Amino acid sequence: MSLNQISVDSQFAETQLNVKNKKIQGLYKTLFLMMTLLLILPVLVILGTLIIKGGSMISIDFLFTDPVNGMTEGGIFPALLGTIWLVTLALLISVPLGIAAAIYLSEYAADNWFTRIINLAIINLAGVPSIVHALFGVGAFVIFFGFGTSILAASLTLAIMTLPVVIVSTRESLQAVPQAFREACWNMGATRWQTIRRVVLPNAVSGILTGVILEVSRTTGETAPIMFTGAAFFLPFLPQGVFDQTMALSLHLFVVSTQVPNVPDALPYAVALVLIAMVLIMNSISIAFRMHLRGKKKW
Amino acid sequence: MSKVETSEPLNPIEQTIPLPSKDSFDRRNLDWYFDKLVQFIVFIGGISAIVFILGIFIFVTMEGMGFLLEGFSFSEFFGSQYWEPSDEDAPEYGILALIAGTASVTGLAMLVAIPFSLGAAIYIAEFATGKTREFLKVLVELLAAIPSVVWGFIGLSIMNPLIIDLFDVPVGLNVLNAGIILGLMAAPIMTSIAEDALKAVPDRYREAAEALGATRWQVIYKTVLPAAKNGLLGAILLGVGRGFGETMAVLMATGHAVNIPGSVFDSVRALTATIAAELGETAVGSEHYQVLFTIGIFLFLITFIINLTADLIVRGIKNQ
Repeated sequence: MSLNQISVDSQFAETQLNVKNKKIQGLYKTLFLMMTLLLILPVLVILGTLIIKGGSMISIDFLFTDPVNGMTEGGIFPALLGTIWLVTLALLISVPLGIAAAIYLSEYAADNWFTRIINLAIINLAGVPSIVHALFGVGAFVIFFGFGTSILAASLTLAIMTLPVVIVSTRESLQAVPQAFREACWNMGATRWQTIRRVVLPNAVSGILTGVILEVSRTTGETAPIMFTGAAFFLPFLPQGVFDQTMALSLHLFVVSTQVPNVPDALPYAVALVLIAMVLIMNSISIAFRMHLRGKKKW
Repeated sequence: MSKVETSEPLNPIEQTIPLPSKDSFDRRNLDWYFDKLVQFIVFIGGISAIVFILGIFIFVTMEGMGFLLEGFSFSEFFGSQYWEPSDEDAPEYGILALIAGTASVTGLAMLVAIPFSLGAAIYIAEFATGKTREFLKVLVELLAAIPSVVWGFIGLSIMNPLIIDLFDVPVGLNVLNAGIILGLMAAPIMTSIAEDALKAVPDRYREAAEALGATRWQVIYKTVLPAAKNGLLGAILLGVGRGFGETMAVLMATGHAVNIPGSVFDSVRALTATIAAELGETAVGSEHYQVLFTIGIFLFLITFIINLTADLIVRGIKNQ
């Protein structure tokens, strides 16, 4: 969609109306450009401040040692490890389930009221506030199923949070595969699953991967759902199994910036920097991957 | 069998040879059984979303049930501004002040976010081309990626002293702080949905307007924007929904005073932040605990309605 700007190739002198209109357009264009930049500026300001104020504390030691002295010194290793545990487990649960759901919606579901209810449920699941997910996690996994505050309960809560986005992005990737591919398989006598497994899924894998990477970055930053279901402010030991509690990077940021007294100035900035770096790197990988894919489509 | 239904007689060959079907029910071999198994598995996956959303509602209601059945009074809960759960003699659970807190912060956030995200959406969708557009879209996406706790930290560490200095007020954790932060959080989503809405307007509208001699801005203002009205409204609603449900950023940036704000410089407490702040200190099953879950039910219902409405509106434009 590239419409031309107001034509300037006129053999006649510019009319007064034209001049005035061009000026107004120029003004609006600049206005909107300013608004866009103002929206983007905070990202850079935030990154800049975090790097300036927290960069001094970042080192290999910081990333791989434990916090000491009431969390005012030392590193963030248990929090980092805990976040990796939680995110991995959450994805192990939500990705297969989400792909199955998306396959159902894209390949098997008829266009009836039942499918519409499923879609409704997905949209609402995506819109539930994170603290309500936390309440659900406490009520269902910590108490009802008796897992207690544990990595298992927290990961299950996170999995349900990420499920809708996985479903929607997978479904879009599946639907992007041309119907002709499927029909060719059916005409050769393949079953539906054979078609999906050998033709549709492989062509959609890259799109699915993009969505999954995006979800990884979102899950890394979540705090509320894990606060009451499995993450703890401080633990002297690393978790040994899924029924143990763990520390987490996002919660750690909350704790050192609000709950711990006498924290050296740079520490919370450093923690925030690590967290935001992880998130932004994963997001950038996902975006870059998506752009790379656009050039490689086979149809 | 061929699905063709005509009144003309087909030649004998076409009538008798069946086309292969998708489900291959003609041969009940291992493949067929496996296919049916897969069909069952994905169906379970499909209904999982319904199971979970119902589960959330059921479990949250279950934990709050005690309060709803015994101590709950509609007028006190929604009408009283005194949130005193720790008063030993007569604990009062009025959430009016909390609702005011959430509403004021979300309202300010929308005031900040709506003009900027609409402006950005218009620029990206209508004025920017090629590489610039991609670049701007990526930057907006990165803005959306910043986690909520980091935003809360920004509110504490950067905005707090800034507000104290700029406006000469004693406390920088207030409606203004959280409102700006929430606005910046909601803006990228609103921009992206608004941009979709603008792109959904067919090109022929723009071309027709230009053929009549309109400038680019006139094209946008008089034809594209009115045509995209629904989608833009949906974008705004989604932003509001996001604002209502946001927890960590609001918890860290609004201060801890439970009162109805008189100005943007007052500290408030939001519904979400209250749950997050107090859940850890309550005994499981106590009345305070149940009340917090009841607030959760309230939040669930409100965001349910907002998101439902927004989706109905937004899907309306995608089907155009």
